[in-house]
Amino acid sequence: MQATGHPNDILPLTLTSATQELFGCRCDEDVTGDNPYKILRKEDIVQDMRMRAAVSDFSPVKQLVLDYPEDELLLVYDRDFIYGSSFYLVLTADAKDRHLKPVVALGVEVALEREPSEVFAAQKTSEPQPWISLGSEQEIEEESVTDSRPRLKYRISRVRREFGAPIFFSDRNAMETKDGFLECTPYQDKNFSLKQMERHTGVQTIPNLKSSSTQTQWTYPRSMCTQYEPREFSKEEKENCLQSENLKNFVNSVASRFEIAIQQNEIMDVFFDDWKALSEEDSGYGRKADPHLKEYQSFTDLHFSKDKTISNINWHPTINGVIAVAVTERLSFEDRINGSTKLLLNPSLILFWSFSDPINPQLLLECPDDVFSFEFCPSDPNIIVGGCMNGQVVLWDISTHVEQLQGTRTSGGKNIAANTNALQGFEDKRENETPVVRYCAVSGIENGHKAPITDIQWLPGTFEVSRMGVPMENRNGICVQIVTCAPDCCVMFWDIRAPRVLQTMADQRKQKVEEKPLENPHGVPNTFKHLDLTWKPLIRVSLPKIDTSGEYSPLKISLRDNTCDNHTGSNAGIDADRAHLNAERSEVAPEYALLRVLSAKQLKPLEDICTQLYAGTEDGELVYTDWKLEKDNDSGRLFSAKPSHRFIIHDGQVNTVRRSPFFKDIILTVGGWTFAIWKEGVMNGPIIQSSCSQKKCTVGYWSQSRPAVLFIGKEDGNIDVWDLLEKTHEPSQTQNITATQITCIKPWIVSSKQHLLAVSDYLGTLHILEIPWTLRSPSSNEKLSMSKYFEKEVDRLVYFEKRREMRAKEKKDSEAEELRKKMEPIIPEKQVEQILEEAMKEYEDYLSLETVILKEMGLLPDTNKVDI
Amino acid sequence: MWIWPCGNTNPIKAEVEETLKRIQTHKGVIGTIVVNAEGIPIRTTLDNSTTVQYAGLLHQLTMKARSTVRDLDPQNDLTFLRIRSKKHEIMVAPDKEYLLIVIQNPSE
Repeated sequence: MQATGHPNDILPLTLTSATQELFGCRCDEDVTGDNPYKILRKEDIVQDMRMRAAVSDFSPVKQLVLDYPEDELLLVYDRDFIYGSSFYLVLTADAKDRHLKPVVALGVEVALEREPSEVFAAQKTSEPQPWISLGSEQEIEEESVTDSRPRLKYRISRVRREFGAPIFFSDRNAMETKDGFLECTPYQDKNFSLKQMERHTGVQTIPNLKSSSTQTQWTYPRSMCTQYEPREFSKEEKENCLQSENLKNFVNSVASRFEIAIQQNEIMDVFFDDWKALSEEDSGYGRKADPHLKEYQSFTDLHFSKDKTISNINWHPTINGVIAVAVTERLSFEDRINGSTKLLLNPSLILFWSFSDPINPQLLLECPDDVFSFEFCPSDPNIIVGGCMNGQVVLWDISTHVEQLQGTRTSGGKNIAANTNALQGFEDKRENETPVVRYCAVSGIENGHKAPITDIQWLPGTFEVSRMGVPMENRNGICVQIVTCAPDCCVMFWDIRAPRVLQTMADQRKQKVEEKPLENPHGVPNTFKHLDLTWKPLIRVSLPKIDTSGEYSPLKISLRDNTCDNHTGSNAGIDADRAHLNAERSEVAPEYALLRVLSAKQLKPLEDICTQLYAGTEDGELVYTDWKLEKDNDSGRLFSAKPSHRFIIHDGQVNTVRRSPFFKDIILTVGGWTFAIWKEGVMNGPIIQSSCSQKKCTVGYWSQSRPAVLFIGKEDGNIDVWDLLEKTHEPSQTQNITATQITCIKPWIVSSKQHLLAVSDYLGTLHILEIPWTLRSPSSNEKLSMSKYFEKEVDRLVYFEKRREMRAKEKKDSEAEELRKKMEPIIPEKQVEQILEEAMKEYEDYLSLETVILKEMGLLPDTNKVDI
Repeated sequence: MWIWPCGNTNPIKAEVEETLKRIQTHKGVIGTIVVNAEGIPIRTTLDNSTTVQYAGLLHQLTMKARSTVRDLDPQNDLTFLRIRSKKHEIMVAPDKEYLLIVIQNPSE
C-alpha cells in the first residue's frame, strides 16, 4: 500500500502553516488522520494564487487547478507521508469521487476478507451466463471420430467337412513367387548427406615423434668384497735397508731431536692442567657432604631367622638386587649339644632376599647343618658351595629357580614361575610359600673336616690342583675346585668333578643307569650326583707349627692373586689368552656331571702360580705357608711343609683375612681389638697396625672402589670407616648400625651411582646401607698415594729392623767396651812413667831434627845452643 | 750390544741399532718404528698390525704436514712433528727417504 511514487491523479503538496490557516486545514486540528479530507473551493485557490503569486503553495499546480472542471477540489491530509508530502491534492473528479467513496468499498472489501466463507457462497450463487462461441466446438468436431459410411460386414465360413481336420503346414519359399515378400531396401537419404564446406580447425607443429624402447639386461646384485694387505718388506729387504748408509745418517741426525722431545716429556707433562686438578680434590667437600651410610633396606624374616644369627652374606654375582645370607643358630657349644634334637628338626637354611620383597625370602637352600661360609661359583652363579658346622661341604644347584629370582627382581611381588617343579607332591598346597632347594651333593663325613668349616673359596679357572698337590693348567677354563679350611688344622682342596677312578665303572653301569629313570625324590637336580656322599677332598694341607709340635688351626685363608674375588668379578693375574678362553667358555653352562678329572700326565704343570697362602688362626696368629705338597723321599707320602712365617699379632681369633681388590699383595687381617695390614713378601711384620679400639673388631672388609678405605665392624654394632689417607690413628667416621654385634660386611657395586653395603648383625637382621659419594668415589691418584704410603711403611719397617739390629750391635759393642774398661785400671802407674819417658825422648828427637834442618838451611849460628 | 762372531760385518746396522735402542730405553717410550719413503715399515718394536697401521697413517699425515709447511713458505721444510693425544705422544721425524716414529707415554 505504500507507494514511493504517486498515482497520476493526485499531486503531493506541501502547505505552509499560513496557507493551512487560510484554508482552514491546519494539521491535526481541522484535518486529522480520521478525517483527512478537506474540500477547497476553486475560487479560493485561484484568489490565493493571485494574491501571493510565486510564494503561494499552489503555484506549481496553477494550471491544473484552472483546468479543473468542478468547483471544489479535494485536499487530503497525508498524515503518514505516503506520497511524500503532508497533503495531496486530488486532480480529477473521478479520483475525488473515488477518494470520497471508497470508504464504503474498502469497507466491503475488508468485510469480504474477514469472512471468506461468504465469498465462496457469494460466488456460487452467481448465475450461469449464456455460452459464447469462440470456435472451440469446431475443433472438437474435427477431433471426434464418426462413421463416414455404414460399417461393412463380412462373413467368412468354411466347408464343414474341413472342421476338425488335421492341419497340414508346409513351407513355401518366399523367393519363388514374385511378391512373396516385400522388401524395404535401405537407401541413402539425401537429406542427411551434408557436405561440410567449411570447418574451423587448429593446427600445431610438433617435432617428429618416434617411439622406441630398449631393454637392459637385469643383473642381480651380488656381494663382493675386496681384501687388501699392507705392503710389507720381506726380511731380506729389511736387512738391506737397515744396512744402508742413508739410514745410518738419517737416524743419527734425527736422534737428537727425539732425545730432546722425550726428555721434555719426562721432565714434566706440559699439558697437565694443575689448576683443574686442584679443584677436583676440593669438589668432594662441597657437594654431598653427608658422609654417613644411609639405610637403604633391611631384611628380617620372622619365620626363618627368629632366634638366629647371620653368619655370612653373599651378593648374587649376576642378578641385581638378590642377596643370600646364611642363617645359623645362636647357641654356644653346650647349648647345641643339649638341644641337638630340636636342631635336627629345624633345618638350617640359606635365605635369598630380593630387594623387591623385604618380608619374604625368595628362595631357601636347605643345609644339613649350620653353614658358616658359602660362595657362589664365579663361572656359574647357579652353583653354590657351602661349608657346614659338622665339617661337610655342600653343593647346591639353583638353576631351576633362577628365572624366579630374576622375575621377582623385575616385576616385584611373587611370581612363581611355572617351572618350579622342585616339590612335586606339595606344589598345590605350597604355592605361596618360598621354594626350598635341597642340596644336591654333600661330602662324606669321614673324609671332610672335623670342625666347622669357617672359610671356603673357589679356585679360579686358570689353574687346577692335581692329586700330587701341584698346580696344573686348567683346560676347562671354569672354576672346578674349592679350598676350605677349618679349625681342625687342615686346609683341604676339593674338586667338583667326578674322579677318574669311577669312570670305567660308570661306563659299565651306563646302560643300567639309562634304563631305569634316575630317582629324584626331592626334585634335586642331578648336577652333582656323582659326588653325593662320596665326595673326598683332593689334597689335604696341614699346618704344623714351626717351633713346637702341634698344628695351627686356621679360621680364614687367603690365597695369592689367582683367586677370584666374587665381588669385583675380576681375575687378576690372568693373561689375555686365558681371559679370552674364560669368556668363550662361560657362555655355555658347563655340564658338571660330564667333567672328569684329567690325569696328571695329560696336564701341564704351571710354574708361575704362587702357591703361598696366608691363614689366620684361632690364636690370633697369621701363618704364611706353602700349600704345595712335598714328597717325603723315605716313605713316599705327601706331606706339607712347615709354614715359613708366623706372626702373633692379634689378641683374639682372626676373623678376617682379605686381600685388597686394588693391590694383590696387601692383606687385611682383623682380630681381637685391632686390625693389621700386611704386604706379601715383607716378613718383618705388619706394615700398618691399628691401635686397640674400645670394642672388639668382629669383621673387616676393603672398600670396592676406594683403595684407601676399609670397613671394620665392631661388637657393639658400630661400623668404623677407616680412610688410611686421612688418618691412621682412628677411624675417619663411626656409625652405629644396630644394637648387637656385627657379623658380616659385604660391599657391592650396583652401578656407578649406587654402591651398597650389606651388614648383618647378631640378631639375624640384614641391613643394606648405601655408601655415600665421599666414601665411594676415589680421590685422584688415590691408588698411587696408597701404594706410596705402603712403600713408605715398608721402608719404615725395614728401617726399624735395621735400627734394631744396629742397636743390638751397638749394645753388644758397648757391653764389650764396658767389659774392657773394667779391665784397664790394673796397670795405671806404669803407664804414666812410660809416658813421661816417651815424651822426653820425643822432645830430644825434635831438637835434633831442628838443628839438622837449620844447619841445612844455613841459619844456624856458629855456637851451638841448646834450647830448653 | 750386538756381539758379532766374525769381525765387523755390519757396523752400520750395529750403529743404527744402538741409536734406536737408546731412544727406546727412555722412560715411557712405548715403541719405535722406522718407515721408508713409501710408508713400508722397515724396523719396529711393536707388533705387526699396529706397526702397519701407524706407518700408513703417519706417513700420509707427515706428507700432508710437510706440504702444508712448504706451501706456506717454499723455503721452509718440516723437521719434526709431535702429536699429543690423551694417552700418548707420537713423534715423527721425516726425511727424504725415511721416517722415524716414536710413541711415548709422557705421564708415567
